[in-house]
Amino acid sequence: MTAIAAQTWWMTQRRLTALARQPWFLLIMLIQPAIWLFLFGNLFRRIVELPGFGGGSYLTYLAPGVVVMSALSSNMWAGMGALEEIERGTLNRFLVTPVARSAIMNANVAEQALSTAVQSLIIVGLAALGGASFAGGPAGIALLVVAAVLLGTVFSALSNTVGMLVRQRETIIGLNTMLLLPLTFLSPAFMPAALMPGWMRRLSDANPVSWALLSAREALASDPDWGSVAWRGGLLAALAAAMVALSIRTFRTYQKSV
Amino acid sequence: MTQHPLAVTARDLVKTYPGGVRALAGLSIDVRPGEVFALLGPNGAGKSTAIKILTTLARPDSGTATVGGHDVIGHPGRVRRVIGVVAQKSGSDPVATGRENLVLQGRLYGLSGTAVRRRATELLDRFGLASAADRPTRTYSGGMLRRLDVALGLIHRPQVLFLDEPTTGLDPDARTALWDEIARLAAGESLAIVLTTHYLDEADRLAHRLAIADRGRVVATGTPDELKSSLRGDAVHIDLQAPPGDEAVVLRALAAVPALREVTLDGRRISARADDGAGAVPAALAALDQAATPAAAVTVARPSLDDVYLRHTGRRFADADNAAGASALAAMAGAR
Ligand SMILES: Nc1ncnc2c1ncn2[C@@H]1O[C@H](COP(=O)(O)OP(=O)(O)OP(=O)(O)O)[C@@H](O)[C@H]1O
Ligand SMILES: [Mg+2]
Repeated sequence: MTAIAAQTWWMTQRRLTALARQPWFLLIMLIQPAIWLFLFGNLFRRIVELPGFGGGSYLTYLAPGVVVMSALSSNMWAGMGALEEIERGTLNRFLVTPVARSAIMNANVAEQALSTAVQSLIIVGLAALGGASFAGGPAGIALLVVAAVLLGTVFSALSNTVGMLVRQRETIIGLNTMLLLPLTFLSPAFMPAALMPGWMRRLSDANPVSWALLSAREALASDPDWGSVAWRGGLLAALAAAMVALSIRTFRTYQKSV
Repeated sequence: MTQHPLAVTARDLVKTYPGGVRALAGLSIDVRPGEVFALLGPNGAGKSTAIKILTTLARPDSGTATVGGHDVIGHPGRVRRVIGVVAQKSGSDPVATGRENLVLQGRLYGLSGTAVRRRATELLDRFGLASAADRPTRTYSGGMLRRLDVALGLIHRPQVLFLDEPTTGLDPDARTALWDEIARLAAGESLAIVLTTHYLDEADRLAHRLAIADRGRVVATGTPDELKSSLRGDAVHIDLQAPPGDEAVVLRALAAVPALREVTLDGRRISARADDGAGAVPAALAALDQAATPAAAVTVARPSLDDVYLRHTGRRFADADNAAGASALAAMAGAR
């Protein structure tokens, strides 16, 4: 167990160093959510006036939506990195050392979690500058970050699994393009579920993006219902654990095709 | 613990890839501790597949194998501790420096901080990478990358080092330099080296013993000298002035020359064996003149590994390699 922890640490360090050496990539990862905050914040500003929305500042409503959408969209591409490491032979190099398979996958998760957390905090900061308020305070913000990280884990593990199984960039690109917008708009990211048609609301209930958003928004409220935060957050955590377990199992399938 | 008498054993390894490609069709080899063993074969012979199985990356459909006395299927974890692997593709991390690559690799084997840093510096010096040690490896030349790959494989002082085509794609100078380093490794440490290659001269130069692989199995094993002298006598090669209209005429004419054995004809090139090569040439030339297919050039030589390959597979090594390359190209063209 300690060996796995140490190995996870070394493998995570490798990935974080690589990330830190790609400043352009980091910059793009931050500019994109800023654009979303600005665009959607202005485009939908008057949505709050709709009956059923409940008034208030739209930016305050939108900020967690952009945090979660950004976590989704940046983690969906994890499989591209996995594919590159397969093609370059790096994964095979690790697989013939004593390193545990789980340490390799845990390092992916840890790197994604850390970068998602940083990205989320920066979006919160930008939104606060723009006038959004976070009534739940630091605890609420921390839970928003946890929800974003868990959602990111679900989709980075899924993307890694698909990458290792299908071994084709096109599949990952296709899947992501197909999923990103429906997953985002079939959730209360930009608009409360109460304003959606009934069939959409039912889809939204089953959408992990909604679980992340609903528990985060609840935690950010001035008087949170902790039961609802825990219930949706727990569901999300269970899904994340299952997806990581699945991606570790995929090594076995991968090794059959090596 | 007693030393297992063999560094590597493989018995009747069979591997079929999804899609029905039979990469290994009963491959068996034995490698002794401390020796350099070459697996020589053309493209697609199954060399990399054999290495992947022996290094625990892939599993055979059937057959058994041990490395350092450990079963590769039953105890892959134990095998991984005693092997170093240099795969056909360089697996180093391009954004990390050479030193960082080595340090991480050592960490994965559980080396401590000081031990791994000392070992990394030692290997960087030894492989002539000291001045590039702190540059990202994406700035390395092919030869430097390959040397780093070998260093990565050695970081934990393995008992058995696997090198899959270590010199493919290198220029002649870089190749010779790597050959020298491999020869030094073999001499210095009590290390068994299993290398694959398509270069006859590489196997001849580096290997204590070698196996010739063809279509997923071993067709001949022995020291380079044993294999060559198993072909009693000299190799006689005759190039005709023009490709013969009727091959049978040429073969019949030469069959009448008693000193020549194992006559084969490939385009304009005749290959044969003779106990006394020089003595057999006049009669052979006369017979060819008689058959109205005169010779343009004659060489008599001690047998080469290419002759050994020809003897066991019925094809010239270069032809087998080109044919595999050509069919791969055709397959690629077909896939477009
Ligand atoms: N992952 C794979 N999936 C499907 N077929 C494969 C795979 N790897 C190898 N093969 C096929 O198995 C056969 C043996 O391949 P292998 O890579 O072992 O040959 P090799 O001797 O190493 O050749 P080369 O000299 O070109 O490296 C080839 O026909 C190859 O196309
Ligand atoms: Mg190969």
